Amino acid sequence: MQKKLIRCGTVTLLMAILLTIPAWAGSLKSFADLQGTLDIAGGTAHIPVMNEAAKRIMTANPKIRITVTGGGTGIGVQKAGEGLVDIGNTGRALSAEEVARFGLRSFAFAVDGVAPVVHSDNPVAGLSVQQVRDIFAGRITHWQAVGGPDAAIHVYGREEASGTHEVFWKKLLNKETVVGSANIIQSNGAMKVAVSRDIYAIGYMSIGHIDDSVKPLAVDGVLPSQATAIDGTYPAVRQLYMNTKGDPKPLARAFIDYILSAEGAGIIRAAGYIPLQ
Amino acid sequence: MDGAKLMPHLLRAAALACTAAAGGILLVLIYLVLPLFTSGGWGSVIAWQWLPFQGRFGILPMVVGTLLIALGALAVATPLAVGVACFVQVLAPGRIKGICLALVHYMTSIPTVIYGFVSIFLLVPLIRQWFDRGTGFSLATATIVLSLLILPTIVLVLQATLRELDRSARVTCAALGFSRPAYIRHVLLPLCRRGLLAAVVLGFGRAVGDTLISLMLAGNAPMVPASPLDATRTLTAHIALVVATDSQSTFYHSVFAAGLILFLVMVLIQLILRRLGGTFTP
Repeated sequence: MQKKLIRCGTVTLLMAILLTIPAWAGSLKSFADLQGTLDIAGGTAHIPVMNEAAKRIMTANPKIRITVTGGGTGIGVQKAGEGLVDIGNTGRALSAEEVARFGLRSFAFAVDGVAPVVHSDNPVAGLSVQQVRDIFAGRITHWQAVGGPDAAIHVYGREEASGTHEVFWKKLLNKETVVGSANIIQSNGAMKVAVSRDIYAIGYMSIGHIDDSVKPLAVDGVLPSQATAIDGTYPAVRQLYMNTKGDPKPLARAFIDYILSAEGAGIIRAAGYIPLQ
Repeated sequence: MDGAKLMPHLLRAAALACTAAAGGILLVLIYLVLPLFTSGGWGSVIAWQWLPFQGRFGILPMVVGTLLIALGALAVATPLAVGVACFVQVLAPGRIKGICLALVHYMTSIPTVIYGFVSIFLLVPLIRQWFDRGTGFSLATATIVLSLLILPTIVLVLQATLRELDRSARVTCAALGFSRPAYIRHVLLPLCRRGLLAAVVLGFGRAVGDTLISLMLAGNAPMVPASPLDATRTLTAHIALVVATDSQSTFYHSVFAAGLILFLVMVLIQLILRRLGGTFTP
């Protein structure tokens, strides 16, 4: 009898959850009846958005625990695909092999630009597309050649399969290989540290990660920013994705809806990206 | 079953579990690398260029980078460690000996990420300014920090050997009129060869296996460095970088090859060192 009651109660609760999700979708209220843990991993560009959303949700409902870790796009696919995390973030669209292997569903939520960055004390404020290509291909090796200080250019890059690298390489470098002697950095955060500590550095990173410690360069006179990324004048843009294995579970579904809601859009904007909706 | 009977079984089980784990890792690595053999991809992995989007998956530069950094760190750390161990065991007064040993013990517990992070802010800018070549993220930087990481391992293993030798030889040699430096030079050091070898093997293992220091400090350019101030990439850092960005493409399998090579390099070096040790024994 008691068992039956409990089962009855559970069913009612589940139904209540299912029924209320569409009604409250996208606001913090939709988490009111949920509990449990939600693990998120993957792309490093996503972290500011994920962290802020997680903080707000956990404050509104202390029964929910959300963990956010980085690792990179590859980790995002791998962990979500193996079922180790609920949401795996990627800074690029999934490849056909990845979709076929893991049966992942993608939810694009923001547009991000990838901008060339230099140290904030570097007098160079902008480059032409050709100069950017020449620098990253190793044909221009001295800052004086582009109106900068009398010093060698220190090129910092990312591993080839990185989501951030892919968009920069395709849309600004025109698929030209980055010079072999470039230092390879493992994440957007590490790129910011490396460039902000090296006055002769040039690297590239997600617009959302740029702050006062580094300086984005104008490319052909267009300064990479939210505004120029959204109106299409700055070319090196990509979408950011959340991915789940199959259809998301209720908590993951609520999280994704929240990110895609008006409030989520505010978080995305505050983090320096452009919300998709 | 009473405790005395149970104990040997427990110990045997522990030993077997360790051996089985090592063997299992090797088997899994071979299994994961098999697709490379069957698809003929092995040839493209044993090559000198890493340009995955152009179908070049060579990991030989990373093999060279690993060996250069690990051997370099060993070359820096070993003499230092011998000095520290001899000083602590023979020359240092009791109080200083205690402080030194405590410090060395403490060093073993510093996480590698701390070494890496502090070095980014301290050592990397110094190397960049002093040498005016490259970014400061270089073979030399990683080697210096890595030698610091493996120093306590070598010191502690060596000092354990020295302590035993010292106990049996000190009084005799003092009676024979050896000064303490001469005692170190002519008695302790020649006697401790095997202990030194064991210490070096352990230190080398740590140096080859470390990922974070080379990932954070060596610059990770997938090429053979032309100078100690050039960037290079180790096998471990390579695996970390590729795993962080990729997941399913063909070149993802090359990280397993990197893992297998790492494993085999370790086995090989251990065998060589043990062989050398054998010929050294009096």
